[in-house]
Amino acid sequence: MISTQTLQNVAEELMAKAAIEIPDDYLAGVKGMAETEEGDLSAFVLRAMLENYEAAKEDRRAMCADTGVPRWFVKLGNEARIEGGPVALEAALRRATASATHEIPLRPNRVHPLWRTDHNNNVGLNAPEIDYSFEPEANWIDLTAVHKGGLFGTDYRMLFPGDGIDGIKRFLLDTLIAFGKRGLACQPAIVGIGLGGSKDTCMVLGKQAACLRTVGNRNPDPRIAALEMELKDLGNSIGMGAMGFVGSSMVIDCHIEAGFTHTGGMPMSVHAFCLSSRRATARVHADGGIDYRTDPKWFTPYMRRETVEWQTDPASGARSA
Amino acid sequence: MADRSSKRRTLRLKTPISAEDIADFRLGDVVYLDGLIYTGREGVYKRVVDEGAELPVDPAQVGNVNFHCSPAAAVREDGSYNVGAVTATASFRFAKWLDRWFEISGCKVIIGKGGMTSEAYRKHLVPQGAVYLTTVGYGTGALLGRGIKRVVAAHWLEDLGIAQAMWVFEVENFGPFLVESDLQGNSLFERANAEVAKNLDALYEGLKPPVMSRYGETDDRKDELI
Repeated sequence: MISTQTLQNVAEELMAKAAIEIPDDYLAGVKGMAETEEGDLSAFVLRAMLENYEAAKEDRRAMCADTGVPRWFVKLGNEARIEGGPVALEAALRRATASATHEIPLRPNRVHPLWRTDHNNNVGLNAPEIDYSFEPEANWIDLTAVHKGGLFGTDYRMLFPGDGIDGIKRFLLDTLIAFGKRGLACQPAIVGIGLGGSKDTCMVLGKQAACLRTVGNRNPDPRIAALEMELKDLGNSIGMGAMGFVGSSMVIDCHIEAGFTHTGGMPMSVHAFCLSSRRATARVHADGGIDYRTDPKWFTPYMRRETVEWQTDPASGARSA
Repeated sequence: MADRSSKRRTLRLKTPISAEDIADFRLGDVVYLDGLIYTGREGVYKRVVDEGAELPVDPAQVGNVNFHCSPAAAVREDGSYNVGAVTATASFRFAKWLDRWFEISGCKVIIGKGGMTSEAYRKHLVPQGAVYLTTVGYGTGALLGRGIKRVVAAHWLEDLGIAQAMWVFEVENFGPFLVESDLQGNSLFERANAEVAKNLDALYEGLKPPVMSRYGETDDRKDELI
């Protein structure tokens, strides 16, 4: 039985870790780009950001004042039991969001869309979002906090099978160029692409691909993995770098997640997880033990199951998170 | 690392920033500030420009630098302020208020995210002898937060909230910022856009047109999308 107080404490710690500590995989990606960037202004921006990550950790202050829209991803082991049940878990996450906003401090970004009412704690109507997934044969709970900017860099388009890979490239270029100018997308970014599903699923898959996979991680389908690399290179060949200055630092990595879709369509979404890619994960074990990490390990083989039945030990060996 | 920063001038200036310093700015200069600055965005602009409210403080007393920003801040139980990270918000949305704002406040330097168009600079900033500095990144929230030495005041905090209040900060080595516009109304971003644009036709070459267009690609509402 996992106590709700433990979950709230862990969630508060995750809010701080996400806001303050840039994940190692993303940091390594930015360092790599700073070394190869030929555009002098773009390189200056990357060096300033590397300095900023250090200052955030030294001072224990948020790396970016725009908190984005803080939100939660919860992976529940099928055998995990929570004191008070899922309602208590949700209450713990909402309480932690509010208290961490005040304690860190974070900017209270969340307001009513019409009345602009601000509760000053990033909690409100349908906020924070809590997304769930499940894992067979596990008795732990994984909590992941994500603080992602919310205004620029994301778009959706209904493509058709006849558009093919050309259509995917065209829409990606349209999005990166439009939001890359003046650096509105806060690039270089982890670009997440959702392909297929219904419209809402397509947006969710792309968002999760951007926020919940690490730099260097590849889709287990080798053809999709190859497309990820091709689209990453395409983005970095635009001639645009950080803040829209001349350069090549646009896409730190590209992640694609696919879902079976309507036979007549190929919906696509693009999401940019920015220069302040903020995510932090903790596994809360059944005995109360806690392990913190920066890889959400969200896309398990179970998440990507393709057929009716799920086998816990697939002979394909396609296990990859 | 491709380090050509030696070409770039780094300036450290006291606020209020003098007309001579502003005239000396070149696009792409790196700027750090010391002294007083204040925040003001749509909440403050609406109140002062649209509704005619008196500014809560004599603008001459708080420097001539208007930061388009909402800090990550909290008010402690004893009434003091805990300011964490500080980054800018996108400025293009605020151009419509600026003529009156410059007249009322005497502001000469705007700091924000993303700049405005050179057309807006020529229309609103150049006649006032004002220029635009952009934050870097975006954003260097921790570096800027470190540069804030003291919260002098948080005006209209009750009415406008933490994000929209008019904060007055005492800052030290506050930056980095890049000079984005000059007194001729040129824009560093537009210069970059023009360079990037040269490559765009080649990028799309060979990609077939989309099966279905969409509004956004055409402005004519009488067009069909198929």
